[in-house]
Amino acid sequence: MIPSSFTYKRAGSAEEALGLAAEHGDDAKFLAGGHSLLPLMKLRLAAPEVIIDLGGLRDLSYVTDQGSYVAIGALTRHHDVEHSELLGREVPLLAHAAGQVGDPQIRHRGTIGGSIAHADPASDLPAVLLALDATLVARGADGAREIGIGEFFQGLFETALEPDELLTEIRVPKPASAAAWSFQKFTQRAIDWAIVGCAVQDGRVGLVNMGGTPLRAAAVEAALAGGASPADAAAHAAEGTSAADDIRATRAYREHLARVLVARALTEANSRS
Amino acid sequence: MKVDLTVNGKDITADVEDRMLLVHFLRDVADLTATNVGCDTTSCGACTVLLDGESVKSCTVLAAQASGHQVTTAEGLAANGEMHPVQRAFHQEHGLQCGFCTPGMVMAIVSLLKENPHPTEEQVRQGLEGNLCRCTGYHNIVRAALAAAEVSS
Repeated sequence: MIPSSFTYKRAGSAEEALGLAAEHGDDAKFLAGGHSLLPLMKLRLAAPEVIIDLGGLRDLSYVTDQGSYVAIGALTRHHDVEHSELLGREVPLLAHAAGQVGDPQIRHRGTIGGSIAHADPASDLPAVLLALDATLVARGADGAREIGIGEFFQGLFETALEPDELLTEIRVPKPASAAAWSFQKFTQRAIDWAIVGCAVQDGRVGLVNMGGTPLRAAAVEAALAGGASPADAAAHAAEGTSAADDIRATRAYREHLARVLVARALTEANSRS
Repeated sequence: MKVDLTVNGKDITADVEDRMLLVHFLRDVADLTATNVGCDTTSCGACTVLLDGESVKSCTVLAAQASGHQVTTAEGLAANGEMHPVQRAFHQEHGLQCGFCTPGMVMAIVSLLKENPHPTEEQVRQGLEGNLCRCTGYHNIVRAALAAAEVSS
């Protein structure tokens, strides 16, 4: 399978990437690691006329300690997130979950920023960053702005980013209790997208593939805040969700999985903290 | 567009379509056909090559993205007429049946052993989760990876 024709442009800097995006508008798409966009282009589900390759922007690949939070450059690859000592110590949930994305080859190319900006509700890291209450930094022609992860995902593959904005950094607050985490994912084969997944950190619960966007399990969090046990809180895991019926699973099965996985995750997070 | 890749140590410059995939560049432009196209959907790993020394699936990388970078294919592993330790281990442990997944498996293991020279069997199996063997001949492939790690130590 071969993508439909496009013009390839390689950006040498974030400024150049923003200039190219402004020049080409809606016809252009940013390409980070390419492991979400290229498969869609090969299936002709996406057909941008211009590809702006960000792969050369090495200055957007970093993990740094900023005191109260860890700053991660948007072009940091899953492999580098997985093996970051700083994240392993301060935000083990994220380091672990990055190591569960796809397979080693995919983790050598795919980036955290690309995964978030793609906004696939079935991908792992959006739900993880929801559980971590991350803040995103986007740069546009008029400068940078911060976007709370809770406002970022607006629909299926839709985000709060403007067409001429570039996601540049993910800021992850250091969890109050770094050890109180769990990441659960149910797949048919090792490399598949999650049928359902969940991420837990400090009583916040992010759900994978339980609706059109990645989402927080608000009813579970409220039950926990009210003193419910993990088992009782997890019974609320499907409330407020809108999981799909598809070839892999029915909605009812997904709702069942959500309750089971959230119960496991809350129990594991409790046992670690 | 003009791309300039170093493939198995050799500089290759060519004028290709912007949309050309790396795997097609390797097979059709560089004339290196060890790298197979299997699923063509980033699942099976048959097209695995090394990009700047790390395993990638070349069906999901543009030749343009690889321009200016180093690519290693199965053809580039042998040195001075000697098979690479991973290739030799596949031979000794009978790590292949039909052979279709083999070049991708070998490249994935070369990358895995570079990152983790002494993996456990569990780590090898996890490290190969992106490579499918349609003959289901996984046991000997894992044995080959462990044997290659033993030889290299």
